[in-house]
Amino acid sequence: MSTLQLQSLTKSFGDVHVIKGVDLQVEHGQFVVFVGPSGCGKSTLLRMIAGLETSTAGDIKIDDAVVNDVSAAQRGCAMVFQSYALYPHMSVYDNMAFGLENAGVAKSVIIEKVTAAATLLRLTELLDRKPTQLSGGQRQRVAIGRAIVREPKLFLFDEPLSNLDAELRVSMRAELRELHARLGSTMIYVTHDQVEAMTLADKIVVLRAGKIEQVGTPKELYERPVNTFVAGFIGSPRMNFIPKDALQAAPALASQLSPAASQVGIRPEHLLIDTDVNSAIQGLSLTVQQFEYMGASSLLQGLLADGTRIEVLLSQAVALQRGDVVKLILDAAKMHSFDADEQRIII
Amino acid sequence: MNRITQFLTRTHGKGKLDWTDYVSYTYLFVGLFTMFAPIVWLVMSSLKTESAIAQFPPTFLPYSQREVVVAGHDKPLPLYLTKITDVSGNTTEREMAQVMRLGIEATMIDPAKPSAEPVRVNINDRKPVNELKLATSNYTEVFGKFNFGRYLFNSVFITVIATLLTLLVNSMAAFALSKYQFKGQKLVFGLIIATLMIPPTIILVPVFLVINSVGMLNSLWGVILPAIATPTGVFLLRQYMLTIPDELLEAARMDFASEWRIYWKIILPLSAPALAVLAIFSVMWRWNDFLLPLIVLSKSEFFTLQLALNSFQGELNTQWHYLLAMTVITLIPITMVFAFLQKYITTGIAGAGVK
Repeated sequence: MSTLQLQSLTKSFGDVHVIKGVDLQVEHGQFVVFVGPSGCGKSTLLRMIAGLETSTAGDIKIDDAVVNDVSAAQRGCAMVFQSYALYPHMSVYDNMAFGLENAGVAKSVIIEKVTAAATLLRLTELLDRKPTQLSGGQRQRVAIGRAIVREPKLFLFDEPLSNLDAELRVSMRAELRELHARLGSTMIYVTHDQVEAMTLADKIVVLRAGKIEQVGTPKELYERPVNTFVAGFIGSPRMNFIPKDALQAAPALASQLSPAASQVGIRPEHLLIDTDVNSAIQGLSLTVQQFEYMGASSLLQGLLADGTRIEVLLSQAVALQRGDVVKLILDAAKMHSFDADEQRIII
Repeated sequence: MNRITQFLTRTHGKGKLDWTDYVSYTYLFVGLFTMFAPIVWLVMSSLKTESAIAQFPPTFLPYSQREVVVAGHDKPLPLYLTKITDVSGNTTEREMAQVMRLGIEATMIDPAKPSAEPVRVNINDRKPVNELKLATSNYTEVFGKFNFGRYLFNSVFITVIATLLTLLVNSMAAFALSKYQFKGQKLVFGLIIATLMIPPTIILVPVFLVINSVGMLNSLWGVILPAIATPTGVFLLRQYMLTIPDELLEAARMDFASEWRIYWKIILPLSAPALAVLAIFSVMWRWNDFLLPLIVLSKSEFFTLQLALNSFQGELNTQWHYLLAMTVITLIPITMVFAFLQKYITTGIAGAGVK
């Protein structure tokens, strides 16, 4: 069992408040992803859990024991760093064995554990190499291997895939998911890439400026974002926000809105267009700015009459030119209404 | 070989020599001459016999007078090219051995006919017969004649131990100053660097007093300990260690490594290039050091090579041939260190400064 609990955790550097009271409960075996724009404090939060940064106030509990004053090593966390932080002068084997040697584990046990981890991560051939002789993906696996051999209560990943190229990132993502399934341990993963967050997480924690905006499964976050920040952050391409006034051109839609709503959000993939401007269906007139054909789908960027920029992800086979005017059709069921404070209006 | 020639005959443009070529080659030759000539002269002179060193005008190559064994004389006699005027007034030149010399008159004998009557000639009528001869005995005798082994041991002991301690102490200070955040960190570093402004001669007397009061006069440790912490070393290593990513230390900390283990297993191996530079410097400083050993070590059994060299220079008599030979021996280790490790000096210094 390994659970993590954060209780009104804060962190300040002088007058700068980086983490402003974070409460979070992580259950055993969960894959939790901290996601947010750069500078939101997600890496700091992870380093506080790891014990590399001290907290200003609040408690960190691992397995219900407060670990605020426990050193990084004794907390039983293992961390995979963004730069991998492999010891450049040691071989792959020594890199993985270093932690166990320090902990005073018997040599035969070390060999056994390192070999097992190397087999799991397909590193057996590379054990004698130095990190500089490895490719990016291999280094990544060594860094993960170094975490695995210690059998930690918590795995912490600090943007581990951000140094890899796009293709490798996708395959490493799959490997990480499989690793989590196999080990069944609790993992906390920090990223700024919401695609990584959506694909990996059991539970996503969206952070902004040191505060948790929303915690939930990827599906919850996608379907029921609590505010415009989460709505805009999760999902790619990002959600369109349309001011209430711009909807007056489609009275049937406008009448369904809550009186408190100041704007509505709708995802690009939930929009449709009608090239026949004069058809009977109610919609908003959209002037095409750009049209990108991507094979399976097309991305349309256009402007509404009031100048609001709209993106539409089309699976329809249409060809459009810059300057064309089309009718934008919104499905009321897929719309999210937000009030003047950018909070979701629950209907 | 071809490439060396190519390198040595490089010119500003292609083909014709530019005026800048003349200037640079002149400059280089002057530099080479002023720096290298004294060393060459030293090596040449160290191979001369005692009399050849005193000879005037001096010769560049180690010439010495040829000697022959003549029957009836115990010692070999020096050979001279002698002008002999016989009874009929004819002047001939012959190689004769000198038996003895009295004032301006020398008694010569023909080595081919030892039984013949000796001839008396004016010393201006004879010239020494010189031959190229390396007086290697200067080197071989130095070892037996003086307590050379003792001096060499003292020098090596001081150099090796002091260099090891210098590396240890300076790297620990540099580790703390580069990797720990604490109040007054910049101030401490500033103070250490500021000591560079104080010339060592100024603190010579206080250093002597301290060494004296802790009872380390006439002890090799009295030379080793006062100078193991050097601002240059701390600066060099700190700058280098700043380039080691902090994430490595954090990773090590999560790997149960104690701070000492981080220093010993992570920081030190990764600072190897900078440590090599400091080691070279330290060896050169310690081997060539003269002033500190001079005031600390007064008994000859504790002398370093540099002090022994100095003591050869007596008030009335200096045995130049031994002194020069020993100077050459003293230069050898430092030259080797420099020749083989100089690439580390450039890469290490460049690495410490730029990265």
